[in-house]
Amino acid sequence: MGYSISMEKSTLIPHLFRTEYSKIVAVLCNKYGYAFLEEAEDIVSDTFLKASSAWISGNPPNPAAWLYKVAQNKALDMFRRKKIFQEKVSPYIKEQSALPQDIDFSEEEILDSQLKMMFVLCNNELPPEAQISLALKILGGFGIEEIAHAFLTSKDTINKRLYRAKQKISSHPPDFELKSPQIQQGIESVLRIIYLLFNEGYFSFSQTQAIRQELCREALRLGLLLTQNPLTNLPQVNALVALMCYHASRLEARAQSLNETTDFEEGHTQPSNPELVQKGDEYMNRAAHGRVLSKYHLEAAIAYWHTQPESEEKWERILQLYNLLLQVEYSPMIALNRTYALAKARSVDQAIKEALKIKLENNHLYFSLLAKLYESKSLKKSIEYLQKGLKLAKNEHDRVYYQKRINALKKEGS
Amino acid sequence: MKEFMMLFRHEPNPNYQPSPEEIQASIKQWQDWIGSIAAQGKFVSTNQLGEEGKTVKPGNVVTDGPYAELKEIVGGYIIVKAANIEEAVALTEGCPMFEYGGHVEVRNVMQIDV
Repeated sequence: MGYSISMEKSTLIPHLFRTEYSKIVAVLCNKYGYAFLEEAEDIVSDTFLKASSAWISGNPPNPAAWLYKVAQNKALDMFRRKKIFQEKVSPYIKEQSALPQDIDFSEEEILDSQLKMMFVLCNNELPPEAQISLALKILGGFGIEEIAHAFLTSKDTINKRLYRAKQKISSHPPDFELKSPQIQQGIESVLRIIYLLFNEGYFSFSQTQAIRQELCREALRLGLLLTQNPLTNLPQVNALVALMCYHASRLEARAQSLNETTDFEEGHTQPSNPELVQKGDEYMNRAAHGRVLSKYHLEAAIAYWHTQPESEEKWERILQLYNLLLQVEYSPMIALNRTYALAKARSVDQAIKEALKIKLENNHLYFSLLAKLYESKSLKKSIEYLQKGLKLAKNEHDRVYYQKRINALKKEGS
Repeated sequence: MKEFMMLFRHEPNPNYQPSPEEIQASIKQWQDWIGSIAAQGKFVSTNQLGEEGKTVKPGNVVTDGPYAELKEIVGGYIIVKAANIEEAVALTEGCPMFEYGGHVEVRNVMQIDV
């Protein structure tokens, strides 16, 4: 393990918590079954608690191995209290006679365990917000407070959500094996949760920049984890990773232009991180295999074109990709973005005609788009649309944006 | 919302050999039209049909060609969502089929409870 010993204790433990918590919980559950999830989490929390007192006089030479050993001992201690073993673990492990003394913490075992855990947690029988919270807590080692912060809700709500979800997993422990048919069946919901997690970080403006980056980073890490096993390294997985890289390349640029989602023009600032664009290209190439054309392929291709300088081809490609994406999955945001692309690729007139057909009249972004399209046609109409958008805007941030635009256009018109 | 199927009918022209550019332009036209319907949240599914086809009659009588007794063939279809047939008919606006001398047949899709 490459953790530098010189790392201060005060930063080493939180750092290890982020990386090792999820690994140990996953390995324990892989070995003893998912009914054991709650206990596995307790064991790992206790292990870290022990570390924080035991390491006061100095860090062990191999901190991760120390954690694995202690967690293993704690698990075996727990099994001596027979009840838990008989009720939860014994039905799961096949050779009951052999209570293994050594838990395998090899890199391979850790990766497999984490992948399995992803499939178990991203389970469609749980509500999506429970799946995301579980993923953050168990796969990402996020604290309850951080999760509550990310969802702008209370610790209490998150605790309840996690409790109910774990109860469900515990009472019906899934028997998931890392095999192709099961992966094919579950991959869609795993990708959806990673995608939602990323979007939560990328599109929300109500959180601090630090939290948003953490969420995006975690989503990207989970996506990359899937690419490390040949069975889960599927084209649509690579497409999602490419999409996240392209988007992430613009995170900093986005932070500076605060109205990217509301203002259709600002949404196309240039990337601020060429390295991530390059990574995106790399995964995009890997995604171009087989016959699967997932929505992630299409969205990644759109994101790719957004990293490119202005050209006629760029907007034509984006328009065609949106046309296809809408056939795979409709969402109001995709419909609006498609209409904006139509204005860029064809003409504003054509886009206005189409915009009037889509009638998303309870969505403030619809009016933001119409206002943008009418800017070159009629300032009066543009202002009227901005006023409608202002009325429908859901947060202060957007209201400020509309007011600013209205003032700017009024000034322009006078 | 009900579902309606639009059938694209036209008379095939065996002498027409479109250039790759023409094919590209035609794909764009179709995709723009379908995209416009999809942007309204009214798209269900679509398929283009190829030239290969046989007609099967009772007694396992198989004849060449997709066209029964008519000269025109069905080149493809799209299923859309609309409140009623008038709205479905309105969605045919801008359909590239008209430019190619064909026409669009709009039919309601029956919901059969089994």
